[in-house]
Amino acid sequence: MGKNMYSIIIPTYNERLNIALVVYLVFKHLREFDFEIIIVDDSSPDGTQDIVKQLQLLYGEERILLRARTKKLGLGTAYCHGLKHASGDFVIIMDADLSHHPKYLPSFIRKQKETGASIVTGTRYVRGGGVHGWNLMRKLTSRGANVLAQTFLWPGVSDLTGSFRLYKKSVLEDVIGSVVSKGYVFQMEMIVRASRKGYHIEEVPITFVDRVYGTSKLGGSEIVEYLKGLIYLIFAT
Amino acid sequence: MKHILKILGLLVIISAIWIGLLQASIVSSSHAWLLPVYLIILLGCYGLFMVGVGLMFFPTCPQESHLLQKDIAEAKDFLKRKGIDVNSD
Repeated sequence: MGKNMYSIIIPTYNERLNIALVVYLVFKHLREFDFEIIIVDDSSPDGTQDIVKQLQLLYGEERILLRARTKKLGLGTAYCHGLKHASGDFVIIMDADLSHHPKYLPSFIRKQKETGASIVTGTRYVRGGGVHGWNLMRKLTSRGANVLAQTFLWPGVSDLTGSFRLYKKSVLEDVIGSVVSKGYVFQMEMIVRASRKGYHIEEVPITFVDRVYGTSKLGGSEIVEYLKGLIYLIFAT
Repeated sequence: MKHILKILGLLVIISAIWIGLLQASIVSSSHAWLLPVYLIILLGCYGLFMVGVGLMFFPTCPQESHLLQKDIAEAKDFLKRKGIDVNSD
């Protein structure tokens, strides 16, 4: 039985400290698996790439791949870029800011092995999952957005905007090509398109710790973006 | 099938039932005319109810924040010992 290989793609922009912590935690929790970490850095001015090079010396250049880009080009294309360099059978995408804890990686992998799913997506909204660090307003918008999507989009997953996911590489390549949205609507479009294409999607509970109080990512413009994305998906998928 | 077609299909079915009710005059016609309004109000109530329930049972994980702090301390300690520069800012 050949062991599966997992490529973990982490886009970074000014995540100098966090990326080091994430890499340490990934190595701690994935000891018994074959994996590589692909860091797609958009030329962070804070020296993210310097610390990644130090990490490469520590863990090995074949385990940590630095695939930098020359300017800030956005999340969706970062995954495409990382994907080109991925040699795994499976690709995991996660954020560098520690809101996605690497300790959940084994449960993604186990779930995929048990079910043979094409995609395993982390969900904050089931038993065992959860969010920390959100105020009432943030929770309210999150629930409202979720109810709207569940009512009008029937996406088949409970957490649309979460971006901690494991994909079969071929499935990610297939889905990512048909996605046009940017920003975090991108994550939503990925999972909805995959669901419409009939791919087998499973969920695992994850917790989400928002460490940066007060700088909530959901302002008025994000809500408008979300609604536009929702309407687009109702018509386009 | 495009999702919008499914929604339109559902709307067609609902309209057909409504027209049926109007024709058959099972309910008094003044009520029957208002049925779509009731339906929209019902949908709104459902949405508000679901948001309310979601808020009431919003899953939180305060202990995770402490665990994360411990993991961060552990990681920093390890990386420092390996000579990696993890001083913040």
